Amino acid sequence: MAGFLLRRLVNYAVLIAVATSLAYILAALALDPRSNYEGRSPRPPAAVIDAQLSLYNLNDHTPLIQRYLRWAGDVARGDLGRTWNGDRVDAELRRRLGVTARLILLGLVIGGVAGVLIGALAAVRQYGWFDRLSTVTAFLVLAIPTVVLANMLIIAAVWLNDHLGVQVFLVSGEETPGLEGGVGADVLDRVKHLALPTLSLAVGQIAVYSRYQRNMMLDVMDADFVRTAMAKGLRRRTALVKHALRTALIPAVTYFAFTFGSLLVGATITESVFGWHGMGEELVASIRSNDVNMVAAISCFAALAVLTASLASDVLQAVLDPRVRVG
Amino acid sequence: MMTLPEEEFAEVAADVGHGRVPSRTRVVAGRFFATGQGRLGFALLALMFLLAFAGPLLYPWSYTEMDFSAFMQPPSPAHWFGTLQTGSDVFAVTMRGAQKSLIVGLLVAVVSTGVAAAVGSVAGYFLGWTDRTLMWVADLLLVLPAFLILAIMSPLLAGGRWLLFVIMLALFLWMVTSKIVRGMTKAIKEREYVKAARFMGVPPAKIIYRHVIPNLASLLVVDATLNVSAAILTETTLSYFGFGIQPPDVSLGGLIADGSRTALYAPWTFWFAAGGLVVTILAVNLVGDSLRDALDPGGRGSA
Repeated sequence: MAGFLLRRLVNYAVLIAVATSLAYILAALALDPRSNYEGRSPRPPAAVIDAQLSLYNLNDHTPLIQRYLRWAGDVARGDLGRTWNGDRVDAELRRRLGVTARLILLGLVIGGVAGVLIGALAAVRQYGWFDRLSTVTAFLVLAIPTVVLANMLIIAAVWLNDHLGVQVFLVSGEETPGLEGGVGADVLDRVKHLALPTLSLAVGQIAVYSRYQRNMMLDVMDADFVRTAMAKGLRRRTALVKHALRTALIPAVTYFAFTFGSLLVGATITESVFGWHGMGEELVASIRSNDVNMVAAISCFAALAVLTASLASDVLQAVLDPRVRVG
Repeated sequence: MMTLPEEEFAEVAADVGHGRVPSRTRVVAGRFFATGQGRLGFALLALMFLLAFAGPLLYPWSYTEMDFSAFMQPPSPAHWFGTLQTGSDVFAVTMRGAQKSLIVGLLVAVVSTGVAAAVGSVAGYFLGWTDRTLMWVADLLLVLPAFLILAIMSPLLAGGRWLLFVIMLALFLWMVTSKIVRGMTKAIKEREYVKAARFMGVPPAKIIYRHVIPNLASLLVVDATLNVSAAILTETTLSYFGFGIQPPDVSLGGLIADGSRTALYAPWTFWFAAGGLVVTILAVNLVGDSLRDALDPGGRGSA
């Protein structure tokens, strides 16, 4: 078992290293940080630009292999390098990771819990009105891309604010800068900012989880152990909650771990539309600003997040499902 | 789950009275159109295709034309969906965007499912080092952030090279299916008729083409359909950020990005493009879901 885990971890490390290197090389070939300096006015002398670029290891006049080796050596020592204008990449990443975590955690939890409940309820009364309604709604919601949904929410919120004459929802950023009025006002302000992005994340998640949970629940409800539980005298409700729902939850929990990992970098649209300065927004911004080191660092983090999430979902599966533990 | 011969037997038994055995395609089509869901999905998709490809032929404005006497005008008989700030006709550009999304979606789905079938069946059939290498490449592509890589490569797409875009999108969509295909191929390889073919000296490529792939047909058809909506979504998202289809060509993603800025006082700039996208995705998902039911031998309404 230990050998299996070790081999798997080594394989993960190799995958991350290769993926990050590929991303670095692609970014170094395709992006042009020199243009950022040349576009300034007054335009700095060529020698100054060269010196600046060399300092940050971004100079396209240095052979790619040299740049790559210097970058790889730094990364191996834990230094992710500098952005094109000299900030530390790791400090920037850490800040943005906090923003993204605050953004997605609530949306994912609400989405997961609500989705599981709706799916389980729908399965218990299969082909009842609730089942039909939730199926149709989930189908409609799954057809609305996040790009459309997030913008629809903003349009609706602005309309609502105008009609009520009060700013109920705030549609841009994480908090109002320079807000005064103590902790209470600050929390309220944050909630107003968080409501819409959370909703835009949660709605899609609810649709996915409810479909998933409904099918899992239907499979489990016919299983022998649920029939046995009812035969030994448990009420239907107790049997369904304690035996059926518990077993049917395992895939939902593992899926949660996986979604969390992929959304750390994947909430690009939600972050951009609602003006949250998180990882996903930085991903777009770093490409637009020709920030080679930042692009490589984000790829590295994304690879790490996806692999950690898939490892976590495997571990969770083993912890929750006794059948996996034996093998 | 019934095995293939059993299922065919069931079909034959059910149709003994007719004297003629209906082909598998007809059985599946019959089941597909028997459900309201299938009919609705097919009708919506057909409507989108008709509008996107035939609509512009009958319409006076093209997507490159600008009406300098009408900027930001609401829908009217002259401009069915209104006009943009530049004077472009919203109906013309939306239909052009829908055309691009549909073509890109279909091509990406076909290419990526084809790659998934080829890689998965080769890995599952040969096993050993071939398998390990191919699956390692699949893992690597799963780990690479697709959005970031595609966005970096987007300068290559300038000048209307959207076929390259199709190939790049497909490159990041085949991995999960190929793993499923690999697992199923391993099982099919153990069947008697495949063993018989191997011992008769039939070359591996022919076995895969003749015996393995046909057994996976149902899975692949459903997968291709679902890939259409996945591809359209990725394409729109990239285009939304300006990394996808490049101007002067238009895409629904780009239209939605521009429209969202003016949506509050000019709703027609946002809602027609957004609605077109939603209807397309909905139609594809409905078709995919109904196809899965229709192709599933043990599913509801089976013969």
